[in-house]
Amino acid sequence: MRHFVRRRTMLGVATFSVAALTLAGCAAADDAGDTATDTGADTDTAMAAGCEAFADYMGNEGETVEIYTTIIEPESTLFQESFVPFEDCTGITIEWNGDQAFEEQIAVRVAGGTAPDLAIFPQPGLLENFSADLVPASAELTASVDTNYTADWKNYGSVDGTLYAAPLGANVKSFVWYSPKTFADNGWAIPTTWEELLTLSDEIVAGDFDGNAWCAGIESGAATGWAATDWMEDLMLRFQDAETYDAWVDNSMPFNDPKVLEVLGEAGKILKNADYIGDVPAIATTSFSAGGAGVVDGSCAMHRQASFLGGILVGDYGATVVGPEETDVEGGISTFYFPGVSADQTPALGGGEFVGAFNDAPAVQAVQLYLTSPDWNNAKAALGGWFSPNLGLDTANVADPVNAVAVQILQNATTFRFDASDLMPGEVGAGSFWTEMTAWIAEDKADQAVLDAIQATWPAS
Amino acid sequence: MRNTLWETIAPNLTLLVISLVTFGAIIYALFLIGSRASVRWQGWLRYGVFLGPALLLLLVGLIYPALRTIWMSFMDKRSENFVGFDNYIWAFTIPEIQIVLRNTIIWVILVPLLSTMIGLAIAYLTDRMKRAGIVKSLVFMPMAISFVGASVIWNFVYNYEPNANKPEIGLLNAINRGLGIDPQNFLLIPPWNTLFLIIVLVWIQTGFAMVILSAAMKNVPDEVVEAAMLDGASNWRRFTQVTLPMIRGTVVVVLTTITIGTLKVFDIVRTMTGGNFQTNVIANEMYAQSFRQLNYGQGSTLAVILFIGVIPIIWYNVRQLRLERTER
Repeated sequence: MRHFVRRRTMLGVATFSVAALTLAGCAAADDAGDTATDTGADTDTAMAAGCEAFADYMGNEGETVEIYTTIIEPESTLFQESFVPFEDCTGITIEWNGDQAFEEQIAVRVAGGTAPDLAIFPQPGLLENFSADLVPASAELTASVDTNYTADWKNYGSVDGTLYAAPLGANVKSFVWYSPKTFADNGWAIPTTWEELLTLSDEIVAGDFDGNAWCAGIESGAATGWAATDWMEDLMLRFQDAETYDAWVDNSMPFNDPKVLEVLGEAGKILKNADYIGDVPAIATTSFSAGGAGVVDGSCAMHRQASFLGGILVGDYGATVVGPEETDVEGGISTFYFPGVSADQTPALGGGEFVGAFNDAPAVQAVQLYLTSPDWNNAKAALGGWFSPNLGLDTANVADPVNAVAVQILQNATTFRFDASDLMPGEVGAGSFWTEMTAWIAEDKADQAVLDAIQATWPAS
Repeated sequence: MRNTLWETIAPNLTLLVISLVTFGAIIYALFLIGSRASVRWQGWLRYGVFLGPALLLLLVGLIYPALRTIWMSFMDKRSENFVGFDNYIWAFTIPEIQIVLRNTIIWVILVPLLSTMIGLAIAYLTDRMKRAGIVKSLVFMPMAISFVGASVIWNFVYNYEPNANKPEIGLLNAINRGLGIDPQNFLLIPPWNTLFLIIVLVWIQTGFAMVILSAAMKNVPDEVVEAAMLDGASNWRRFTQVTLPMIRGTVVVVLTTITIGTLKVFDIVRTMTGGNFQTNVIANEMYAQSFRQLNYGQGSTLAVILFIGVIPIIWYNVRQLRLERTER
């Protein structure tokens, strides 16, 4: 309902500004060319009502900017909705091109000379491969990133100290999804340590709950297995320290080190435990989005997945995101923090997207700059199901309680580390790490054999 | 603000007119030169005009990429340093790649044999049947479905629901459940899952084999068949000793065509399992190496192995066609 109302008002604003713009259109177009120095004053007078906020991006009417991305329906709809005021005021058309095969196709498109204007890289590791083709950030973009993001985030968008891509969305992975109603009905308490989590799982199995303690799904087309790598990373941050995590990421500690073996063993305590999870190999043929559906319909009690899952469960499985205290909502879902080894250990694992430009046209730069503005980040977050690491993002605009918690985790985490598989070289991070974790689950491949096989694919140089 | 229809069409139309005029001018110039040239030059000109464009396209679209791929297979992942046979050693020693090669061999042996045998059987059985068209259309129809479409369809046939309380949407497992047999996760059990994927391609290719073989059977003269019948040959002997030898050439063409198609199989594996669960094949791994992991060296190596695998089949096919031509 909330969405419906907002969309109506948005449409109203849109039609109004279109009408205003067509009236003011001629004047604005005339001014745009010859007022390079005093753009501010001149365009302000010619600008339609409500468009003052877009003064920095004016002068590119009629241009089309393609954004190539992995983000598809239903998430893409909200992005397009958030661009409407920008498009109406600036006359720039943003063409959203979502493709799940982005990771493969981007290389094909760049090599083939048909690179998109803007690409949303889901992995900062990919940036390095394209640093020769990407346009380095303009002074304005660099300034905006400096003000609106932490140094860590800027660093992730840079290659060898040069900023190429601006952060877009963020996600926090260290969540366990559960149904507050199911927990309340069965009298379970939220665990605060890894031991408590395992004890609770045993308790669920022993009790009369009609379902499994855990559910999981790692199928994702050609990217099958990534969901299992998240488990490894979260536990790596908990059972080893941050330095070990970094050493693991850059392979200064080999992938088949005993420390990694220990962590894989801990992950197996849940993922490969048929008592907790039911049919273990079937995890490999259950899609990552369907994996969490069990929490909504009561066929399982817990599901570990990043914050983005809320949008999918709401959109496709009829769930409602509720606060932990709302224990009477049927189909209500909430999250608790994936616990550390001890209660005072609260590391956060996250990820994010980065917008890089392959084209230095002013319209493209304007869109890239706009996406780093607190204005857009707040407007986009207010549409729901999304948040960003933008420091100008006000948690009051993050309606979703889960995402509000995620923003707080991002701001407060003592240790924050980026998704390891996103930072590892493609052969591992988008290759053997996925396929071997899949084999670990689907074919019951032994722990040591899995780690040895991954280490064997680590590129020599 | 936006371009009008005419503004969009105009530049394209101009381009069209320009290219048509240029094309006409070149043809006119050729005829002009042709009519003025001596007879000996006319011969050369003929070769040039008719072979030239085809040769040029072959060179750009086939020979150059092939040579470049071979060159890249001896280079490192970004094609910067020479690494000798390292990529080939990698391809034949890493266990994961050995499974890929093994699977490809299974595909290449089973798919052509099964599709041709089933196609042959259907073609023979429907040869003198009334309303054979209906049967043949039904068998041929999968041929019109894209590989990805067929894979999605068969994914629903093999689908598995781990939770016994939820409805089963997989056809085979719904039957299993109805009969009280334990549902199976068909795509997860190596090596059988490769066979389940092979069934999909056989399902598609059988129609192709049937149509070509059926057409060949129509060409077998009635007198020969009648003579065999009068001599008291049984149906089976008429098939194995009269029909089959007479359409042998066509069978070979069908077999080789399907074999080459099978060597390149990619869509089915990628759509149904993503190459996981020990079902990977060369074409899929080649794509993953080159375009997902940006390892052009190893990707090219797999391409070259695929290329070498096709050569004997093509050679056999060409030899067979030559033999047939001399027989006539």
